[in-house]
Amino acid sequence: MPVPPNHVLVFSLLLFAVGVLGVLTRRNAIVILMSIELMMNAANVNFIMFSQRLHDLAGQVFSVFTIAVAAGEVAVGLAIVLALFRNRDTVYVDEVHIMKG
Amino acid sequence: MEAPAVIFYVLASIALLAAVMVIWSRNVVHSAIYLVLTFLCVAAVYVLLRAEFVAAVQVLVYAGGIVVLFLFVIMLVSLQDTLGPRIRLHATVSGILGATVVGLILYVYSRGPLATERLLSVPPEDSAGNLQSIGQALYRDFVLPFEIASILLLVAMIGAIVLAHQKH
Repeated sequence: MPVPPNHVLVFSLLLFAVGVLGVLTRRNAIVILMSIELMMNAANVNFIMFSQRLHDLAGQVFSVFTIAVAAGEVAVGLAIVLALFRNRDTVYVDEVHIMKG
Repeated sequence: MEAPAVIFYVLASIALLAAVMVIWSRNVVHSAIYLVLTFLCVAAVYVLLRAEFVAAVQVLVYAGGIVVLFLFVIMLVSLQDTLGPRIRLHATVSGILGATVVGLILYVYSRGPLATERLLSVPPEDSAGNLQSIGQALYRDFVLPFEIASILLLVAMIGAIVLAHQKH
């Protein structure tokens, strides 16, 4: 692909920044989980880009592991959201402050 | 500019726009649909980067599995999200700081050897195919992490069942 590697890096940087923005500004726990998925995707783009650039398959294998971890993380996270909704009747993270000192 | 480069820039723009819409739209279902669009565009970028297996896994696991899980939970939890993004004073200040950091990283990216070279479009030297190479790497060099990942998935599955199980 005749694209300089740093353009792919900029793409993944911006994707990660959008994810961080979503985690910091949104209050809905489901959208926060979606933003975490965006950040994981940005990390995967970096893995794949360097795997292609260095001709090393380890990057692609690592991104497969990242996808597996993301699947587990989202399953547990959504179960937590569900338990939260059952117990507190809300999914907004600023209405949940039982662990605030 | 060659065709793959044009396709890459178009896909990257669509993915970024969809990612912005994920965190911008007030309806959570719309967020999930934009999330599918982002995942598909990123999978197409993987194909351009010659990572066909990871692209397939991305479509299957992310666009097929994770988003469906999101939609199930959205339907179980709430229909409408009327609270959009909230931006206050300290969020503005930290946004300016974060934009500075992003600008610094962009500056560093624009100077190194990464800016001048081009990603080659020739296949790697072992032309056995992406899937076969990844399979050999997974089962030969990365056997232990592979097994640990399966145990992690099992633990996550049990944890999700325990957490979401309705107790009477």
